[in-house]
Amino acid sequence: MIRQRLNACLLVAPLVVFLGLFFIWPLWAMLVTSVQGGTVRETFPQTAIALADWDGAGEPPAAAGDAIVADLRLEVPTERFGDSVRTLNSQYPGFRTLLPRTARAVREAPAGEKVDLAGIDPRWTDRALWLVMKRAMPAYTDANLLAALDLRRDDAGAIAAVPPEMAVNRATMTRTFVISAQVTLLCIAIGLPFAMITASLTGWKRNLLLVAVLLPLWTSLLVRTASWMILLQDNGLINQALLGLGIIDRPLALIYNRAGVLIAMTHVLLPFMVLPIYASLLAIPKNLLPAAAALGARPWQSFLHVLLPLAMPGLLAGSLLVFMVALGYYITPALTGGAGDQMISSVIAFYAIGTANWGMAGALGLFLLIPTTALYLVYGRLSKPAGAA
Amino acid sequence: MLGAFKLVFGALVVGFLLIPLMAILPLAFTDSVFLTYPMSGPSLRWMNTLAESDAWRRSIVNSLIIGTGATIVSTLVGTLAALGLRRDLVPFAGVLRSAFLLPMVVPAVVLGVGMQILYARMGLASSYTGVIIAHAVLCVPFVMINVSSSLAAIEPALERAAASLGASPRRVFTNVTLPLAMPGVLTGAVFAFATSLDEVVITLFVAGPNQTTLARQMFSSLRENISPAIAAAALIIMILTFVLIGVAKLIPMLKARKAAAEA
Repeated sequence: MIRQRLNACLLVAPLVVFLGLFFIWPLWAMLVTSVQGGTVRETFPQTAIALADWDGAGEPPAAAGDAIVADLRLEVPTERFGDSVRTLNSQYPGFRTLLPRTARAVREAPAGEKVDLAGIDPRWTDRALWLVMKRAMPAYTDANLLAALDLRRDDAGAIAAVPPEMAVNRATMTRTFVISAQVTLLCIAIGLPFAMITASLTGWKRNLLLVAVLLPLWTSLLVRTASWMILLQDNGLINQALLGLGIIDRPLALIYNRAGVLIAMTHVLLPFMVLPIYASLLAIPKNLLPAAAALGARPWQSFLHVLLPLAMPGLLAGSLLVFMVALGYYITPALTGGAGDQMISSVIAFYAIGTANWGMAGALGLFLLIPTTALYLVYGRLSKPAGAA
Repeated sequence: MLGAFKLVFGALVVGFLLIPLMAILPLAFTDSVFLTYPMSGPSLRWMNTLAESDAWRRSIVNSLIIGTGATIVSTLVGTLAALGLRRDLVPFAGVLRSAFLLPMVVPAVVLGVGMQILYARMGLASSYTGVIIAHAVLCVPFVMINVSSSLAAIEPALERAAASLGASPRRVFTNVTLPLAMPGVLTGAVFAFATSLDEVVITLFVAGPNQTTLARQMFSSLRENISPAIAAAALIIMILTFVLIGVAKLIPMLKARKAAAEA
């Protein structure tokens, strides 16, 4: 028995290690990065370590000079280097000229040779300058987490709102929740009746409807989104058909706006709504509705008091699933939405890929990860008793 | 009245679900430079573009390399884990089972950011190994689901019978359990490959220009220069997926038929 247990553990171990390394660790790294001390620290990682033990009172440690030389030799994205220079310059005017000049001198010096910082610029002997550097790279900060919520610390260290013209994240988060809720409602409006129709049919008709739900699931998300772009564009099939029928006389704007996002996302997520509802409808005993009718219930009464309550577990599971998946959507809004329809994922991708600001990307990612995981836990709780019943 | 409503509503939703799957496909054979109807005439020029243009051809090759790698890795570790979790002999089996599905739940962009940060430190950024591993993480849940369900469907009496007839645990595993679980493993592998083929988001974060996959190439063309080459690529992706899924669905059916014929 012990042997069997050991064997089972050995079989599971590779996946535990694999996901630990390449799933849990990345998420952890993101979390840590989001609370680490900003871009200056990222640009000068070795300097940060060298300055960590310095109390700021005496002379800066000798290792700090070597560390900053080593850091300046690294290839750093230009935007991040610029960001760091701006941050430092706001505390100690002069960094704007000092750092580029030093970087140039260091890169021109042959590798391995010791560089004399004071020889490049005498300001490197100034203790105040090193103090500014140390203060600009605290080990941990809540700056990114606050910035993700459009907050910041004012000069006194109290939490305050950022100026309204810079406050965009909360609006994006609200929009993400609104779009997800809209998509969920649309999926219910289409999916509930469709699942009921499917469950009420038999034979090839039921199979046809089921295949129509399953085929999109097996089709590439990208292909489906590209297809919607063809259908929805100004001279797309839908507008051509409506123009041809004389229903409209100029093309409807169906894409690169909210309508495009809602249509495409509803299409992609509809199967996740239909399948759980259908499953819970199948579990309803066949004689309940005739019984309700025999007892004098009108069709809408038996729907409201018999069918709907029994379909509720499926409806709830489907809604949670659709809402949860919709929160993290990136591809579909990126391709079918306009500038005003981008969801939180787009902002995260912008920070991570566009500006290499991983601290901000991580902080925003955390605010997406928390609701998603919470919904998944609720979903797990919910679907278990439903499956048992 | 209700019957007519059912018919119309059902037909409309079926159209809504299915038309977008097909609308793009005929455009793979347009001879115009625009990705729009009406088509001016049939031609193979965009298929040729796919085969001849460096970017598209490389992306197809990359998708095959990365898809194969991710399928092998995820099927291997996923199948082993499903076997290990089969009889709740592992501590926290229930927790592990839901944890292994998490890559399906965590938003791809979030995982992408984390992987980008980690890969920069590990030196895996812009490497085939890195992209294959990232895709494999996303494929694991599909392997787990399929293998676990085929393992759960195995009649325990069969294995007990084999053991009582004197087969060693190893022989029971190779001659009874594994063949019976094989359809699930294959279906899992197919879904893993299809997942990798369609994956864009994580690829955007961890792949360099040399690892551009077909899906990513499609995504950037859709954003930057829309051309019917996209429709041709879509056709290839759809054919590949459906052939693979068809194979995965056929294998158990053929096996059952063969078994029935032998019996």
